[in-house]
Amino acid sequence: MASAERRPGFSKRAHISIFTSYVVATGGIVLGVVLLLVSLFSPGSFAFARNAASDAARPVGEVSAVARNGSRSIIDVITGYIEAGSKNARLQEELRLARAKLAEAEAIQDENRRLKQLLSLREKEIRPVASARLIGSSPSSTRRFALIGAGASDGVVVGQPVRSATGLVGRVLETGRRTARVLLITDGQSIVPVRRIKGNVAGFAQGQADGTLIVRLIEMGINPLEKGDLLVTSGSGGLYRPNVPVAIVENVTRDGAVARIISDPAATDFVMVEPVWQPMTELQPVDGETPP
Amino acid sequence: MGRPAMALKGDRLPGEDMFQRKLNRAPSPVLATIVPWLSIALLSLAPLSPIIASAPVLPPLAFMLLIAWRLFRPGMLPLWAGAPLGFVDDLFSGQPIGSAVLLWSITMIALEALDNWQRWRSFWQDWAVAIVLIAIYLALAHMIAVMAGTIWYPSLLLPQLLISVLSFPLFTRLVAILDVLRRARIKVLG
Repeated sequence: MASAERRPGFSKRAHISIFTSYVVATGGIVLGVVLLLVSLFSPGSFAFARNAASDAARPVGEVSAVARNGSRSIIDVITGYIEAGSKNARLQEELRLARAKLAEAEAIQDENRRLKQLLSLREKEIRPVASARLIGSSPSSTRRFALIGAGASDGVVVGQPVRSATGLVGRVLETGRRTARVLLITDGQSIVPVRRIKGNVAGFAQGQADGTLIVRLIEMGINPLEKGDLLVTSGSGGLYRPNVPVAIVENVTRDGAVARIISDPAATDFVMVEPVWQPMTELQPVDGETPP
Repeated sequence: MGRPAMALKGDRLPGEDMFQRKLNRAPSPVLATIVPWLSIALLSLAPLSPIIASAPVLPPLAFMLLIAWRLFRPGMLPLWAGAPLGFVDDLFSGQPIGSAVLLWSITMIALEALDNWQRWRSFWQDWAVAIVLIAIYLALAHMIAVMAGTIWYPSLLLPQLLISVLSFPLFTRLVAILDVLRRARIKVLG
């Protein structure tokens, strides 16, 4: 299989055309190097092109998001029938425990409210900025991004955390008009301050691009983490508000752990974009003054 | 490229008259040119597919189709086709922009050099060439992603490489189907 221009013979025109195509192709390599250097040294410089492309291709993503959710529910229905009996017994047992826990939680919540009143603090409820479908991801790259179907025109701003009903998904990295690019917490660039839900064990969770996070503890010494521990956001440093579930410890390492994320983007249809959390916005004076 | 328009009678391939002009139907030069470009660009939209992956598992589909077109229908894509097609891929793939522009351009020149060096090849040799190219491409793309901020984790690429290697023959079939589409007779007006 030889290409047509393999042996151009003595035709000068053919020779020149081969030469030109090599020059243009080499130009492509040079262009690639230049673009790559620019996007490595200032990662946001081509955001406009990416966002315009995502906005244009948004309908494709919306359609396939609907298809994904539809196909998943079919599989769920079938497996649901198969597992119905054992699941029912397990759920009843869980329900019994959960009722007891709920009563306990109500008492604690009540106490919490009273204590906060004593401190004259009032909590501001967090209203999501937007809720949107996940319409795409980066399935072949080792970077972990997702695309959501809400953008600047829905009030989404760069830096806002994104969560699903079950846990933290990531944060907004770039916004288009009707789409936004989300840095998932499993990307290597994402670092989330976390703490263990029981006891005061704080650390950082960095993504590993394979659906797990590396957890590094702030305090060195004996590693108190155990397999199955639930990690939630600690809220330190702002950005992510506290107590959003992040991951469950899977393997304990010498100075931390490897944890599996709770909110797998593959099993998520709708996500919520929340406002950037700053510790001071949550605590307002009780006498009705509006914050600046 | 291809055979002369006035082929001798004994010089025909079976089924070749599928693609010849007939009454008011003729192969369209526009279609013949645009199908390779369009098919590769469409596969670059794979990140918008129903699969939301928490790890890189999907093969680099558009890159594999580029190699398949280039290996099985040489001369369809010009030598410089890697840059524009790579740019489209970069817009959606999540890699830093310029990554595919660079790597796809190098791939096209490498395949041209290979064609000049190797006089003939069989299906198995084409597959071997594709395996080597995909492995190098995935490794270099990961290095670029590491430079952009992800952590160095080469074993993450192994499942993806395995799926790519096994699915490459499907791309050769896809090219064959698209090639029939490319040369299909469509209605000529006037």
